[in-house]
Amino acid sequence: MRPYDFTRPRSVGAALGDAHEGSAFLAGGTTLVDLMKLELMTPSRVVDINRLPLRGITVDRGGLHVGALERMSDVADHQDVRSRYPMISQALELSASPQIRNMASMGGNLLQRTRCGYFRDLTTACNKREPGSGCAALTGHSRMHAVLGTSDACVATHPSDVAVALVALDARVHLESLREKRTVALADFYRLPGHTPQVENELRAGELLTGLTVPPLPWASRSAYLKIRDRRSYEFALASVAVALDLDLDRGTIRDARVAAGGVGTRPWRLEAVERALVGRPAALATYEAAAAPAGEDARTLPHNMFKPALLRRTLVRALVALGGRS
Amino acid sequence: MPPTDPSRERPRPGPGTSRRQSPGSAGAATAAGAVPTVAENAPTATVESVGENPVEVSLRVNGSRVRMETDPRATLLDTLRDRLALTGTKKGCDRGQCGACTVQVDGRRVLSCLTLAAALDGARVTSIEGLADGDELHPVQQAFIDHDGFQCGFCTPGQIMSAVSLVEEGRTGSDEEIREHMSGNICRCSAYPFIVDAVRSVRGKVG
Ligand SMILES: Cc1cc2nc3c(=O)[nH]c(=O)nc-3n(C[C@H](O)[C@H](O)[C@H](O)COP(=O)(O)OP(=O)(O)OC[C@H]3O[C@@H](n4cnc5c(N)ncnc54)[C@H](O)[C@@H]3O)c2cc1C
Ligand code: FES
Ligand code: FES
Repeated sequence: MRPYDFTRPRSVGAALGDAHEGSAFLAGGTTLVDLMKLELMTPSRVVDINRLPLRGITVDRGGLHVGALERMSDVADHQDVRSRYPMISQALELSASPQIRNMASMGGNLLQRTRCGYFRDLTTACNKREPGSGCAALTGHSRMHAVLGTSDACVATHPSDVAVALVALDARVHLESLREKRTVALADFYRLPGHTPQVENELRAGELLTGLTVPPLPWASRSAYLKIRDRRSYEFALASVAVALDLDLDRGTIRDARVAAGGVGTRPWRLEAVERALVGRPAALATYEAAAAPAGEDARTLPHNMFKPALLRRTLVRALVALGGRS
Repeated sequence: MPPTDPSRERPRPGPGTSRRQSPGSAGAATAAGAVPTVAENAPTATVESVGENPVEVSLRVNGSRVRMETDPRATLLDTLRDRLALTGTKKGCDRGQCGACTVQVDGRRVLSCLTLAAALDGARVTSIEGLADGDELHPVQQAFIDHDGFQCGFCTPGQIMSAVSLVEEGRTGSDEEIREHMSGNICRCSAYPFIVDAVRSVRGKVG
């Protein structure tokens, strides 16, 4: 690890004052410490934000509010999150390991870096790590890589599970710098790689993510997160879906739906066309299959991830059957 | 725990010297870099360097108070092993991918390889060395022995720390639940079935 100095501010103002162009905030450290060891992140200063009052998990008329420093395990376990937004709890519980979930913060989770093996290997070409150097994944091992939102410069998958559920729920993130406070829809927060894969999101240098808000959505109590992976646990997604269904139980139809996918996109991937194809239709297998059919149609696959569009559709159908029933 | 040596001189941090010192090399084991430890019987440390930007932290390790200056880059894992001579905690991957380094911080299981010592001011750390009560093993330790919950034993301290937490968390309802909540600990020898047996056997006995 490269040397850095270490500060332990007690207020948001002090933390923002400590931050500079080359600094990094430390929350749980499960991404930062890992990447500093790889010398992939080389901050000259680490600002430990764990004493800041960015805490709290509350539900009110404005929805669910979660402080950036709340840990994944505490959010997953929270009674209101579990009952009102089960897909958030499930996405968190299917992430990483119990130890990592105890350490990792919600803010850090949304800001974690891709797990692309070439990004993490300093000896290979990676436009995200070293703009202009090329992308070794295009001709290398691409099983874990994205098929949606890719560019010729980068095919790295966005690794967060909970971000997928949050994008489906129209969550917003709150950002604060010395200059201003602002709120951004999580879906717009993440950028497509395009020609500048090194720019992953809207966060500016020295800006803090202070928390997130999930708008109220009463019918999200019928929601689920389904994650398909190479290992049963402690593994990133090959494909995952977050689904919420508003069912008209008398008529047996779908009033409304929210659908997003992970493991397949360069950012968490909302599937609005699938949502539209579900609304107003009977809650039945034929509906789910028809709605899922176009998902991933625009995918650009690589030699080792050609299976992903089909896997995405099957994952979608399975999650919809589990939530809405077969007929 | 190794004897204290309060007379040891405060080492001078300086570039070019190694932060690490093998626990055996000084006879006495090592702890607190700049300031000797306060608690009786707590290990003391000699440290040749705490880097260019030392940070002072005060924490409890297995009940003993430790005050030390630390290099802000030092992980809790390296600090336990190299400075406090608590080598029970193992370094498997050093990348958060295996669980061998699992310890409890403030009563919650975490990975010491991704935890910075500098961030632990005021924290309470329990490592595998802190489980037994004198010569009496913790029930989970005993259960791992009774059920052959290991082969080579390298992953075992981490498995046991996780198992203790899992029991405390009440995640032992079924074998499936035990497996899922032990999944952050990889065993290269694949002793998994016996580990599940061990955890199941202590359900309700501790926590
Ligand atoms: C082995 C392993 C397996 C994993 N598996 C999964 C998985 O299956 N699913 C999944 O979703 N994730 C997984 N993860 C990733 C894990 O969830 C993230 O590492 C974690 O959520 C990051 O949170 P943190 O608090 O530890 O962040 P840190 O490491 O502290 O920070 C991450 C980044 O965000 C910045 N940062 C942190 N907080 C703020 C803030 N409030 N404002 C501004 N900047 C900030 C830091 O400077 C750093 O750049 C895995 C990680 C490991 C090591
Ligand atoms: S050594 Fe910490 S997880 Fe492997
Ligand atoms: S007993 Fe050998 S690694 Fe688990």
